Amino acid sequence: MPNNNLNRRGFIATGLAGAMLTALPAFAQTEASAKALVVSVVDDINRVIASGKSEKAMIRDFEKIFVQYADVPIMARYVLGADGRSASPSQIKQFTSAFQGYISNKYGRRFREFIGGQVTVRNARKIKAGYEVRTSVKLQGSSPFEVTFLVSDKSGRDKFFNMFIEGVNMLLTERTEIGAMLDARGGDLNRLIKDMKKNRVS
Amino acid sequence: MLSRPRLKHLIVLSLMTVLGACATRPPEGAPPGEVFDPYENTNRGIHKFNLGVDRFLFRPASKGYVKIVPDPMVTSFNHFAENLTMPGQALDYLLQGNVKQSGNALLRFVVNTTVGGLGLSDPADELNLPPVDTDFGETLHVWGVGEGAYVELPFYGPSTQRDAIGVVVNLFSNPINFTPVRPVDNIGVYAEVVRRMGDRGRFSDTVDSILYESADSYAQAQTIFIQNRRFELARDDEDAYLGLYDDPYADIGTDPVRDPYLDPYEDPYAE
Repeated sequence: MPNNNLNRRGFIATGLAGAMLTALPAFAQTEASAKALVVSVVDDINRVIASGKSEKAMIRDFEKIFVQYADVPIMARYVLGADGRSASPSQIKQFTSAFQGYISNKYGRRFREFIGGQVTVRNARKIKAGYEVRTSVKLQGSSPFEVTFLVSDKSGRDKFFNMFIEGVNMLLTERTEIGAMLDARGGDLNRLIKDMKKNRVS
Repeated sequence: MLSRPRLKHLIVLSLMTVLGACATRPPEGAPPGEVFDPYENTNRGIHKFNLGVDRFLFRPASKGYVKIVPDPMVTSFNHFAENLTMPGQALDYLLQGNVKQSGNALLRFVVNTTVGGLGLSDPADELNLPPVDTDFGETLHVWGVGEGAYVELPFYGPSTQRDAIGVVVNLFSNPINFTPVRPVDNIGVYAEVVRRMGDRGRFSDTVDSILYESADSYAQAQTIFIQNRRFELARDDEDAYLGLYDDPYADIGTDPVRDPYLDPYEDPYAE
């Protein structure tokens, strides 16, 4: 009997200690690593902007950064929304690659406006899917605005899966746009994929 | 003596229709992320009109403005326009019961008008005075008035019924308009137009991409406006803020292409 008690107590204590050991560093690491991910993205983008390369080359570099740091498949799938439910796995795969080029091109062309901008990582906090990392961006001649990254490790690695600029949700906005593009093509996903790939600057 | 029609009266006239329909509200239980747009047909018509105004008037004028006027001067005019709104913002904060921010707005006005040379520069910002940014639309929000339907206003752009009332009230509520030393009629409105031209010119590529390169510029302008406005109004409410986050992983699961991660050792030669 006493043995049993002790064993149980010992078991619980060891279990608790084990849980703490694994839980604590994991928690701290994720919050820190979520911030670190955003810092790396910002640094890499700044390096590309400062490189003085041609716009085409910059967009190619941006696509590499996007693939490295963002969970592109989940973003593409979300943006497709309800239309994605009837898509075949191969269509989704193709759309994902078209989406990757479309985003790099569309946002890469905007980066000129960020020359000389300063990004400060302000804080991170836990949200349902991972972490929210808030940054403050100061461009010359305008008051600072907020850019928020949502980071998750559900892909197996820390990657960002959404971005908010002054509350404007990139995925939601792109879902509206992609939906309109699909409507304009009578809902033909294959045609949309073809057209998106044609627009690629590469 | 004939009184010449004032800019204000024109704007008020064009808003009459909108205000007439103010009793409409979104149905109960509508998802928070959604936009209530019962006047879509009318709105799309106004959007088309606004696109024409932008294409042939506002865009070329704005691009010319930022091309001719040196950048620091554009910034100065922006500060000037912003400074003129400060007494009105002080009043709005007061109506919201936010005495502290009301004082900050007044302090900014005093500092920038004196040290900042009639508001042409922004020493208040360099002194790190807290930023202020409000309007009567926000006052109505604080008072518990709902957003109402989405409306696109002629010449003005995306708005909501609540914010449209705010725009009209703010035209009249700025105490600057009642001071005896008021230099020019409607100076705040003119300054605001110049400020908007500065922004339109400076961010012309971004604005162009929304208005002219998107598949549905009406839908893009609408969603961007509504998201940004709700964010502004929820800024101090951390929980409301969290409510804005959709979790794509909850929607889709962690495997968007049915499973790109489930089988990392998938044999590419098998296909």
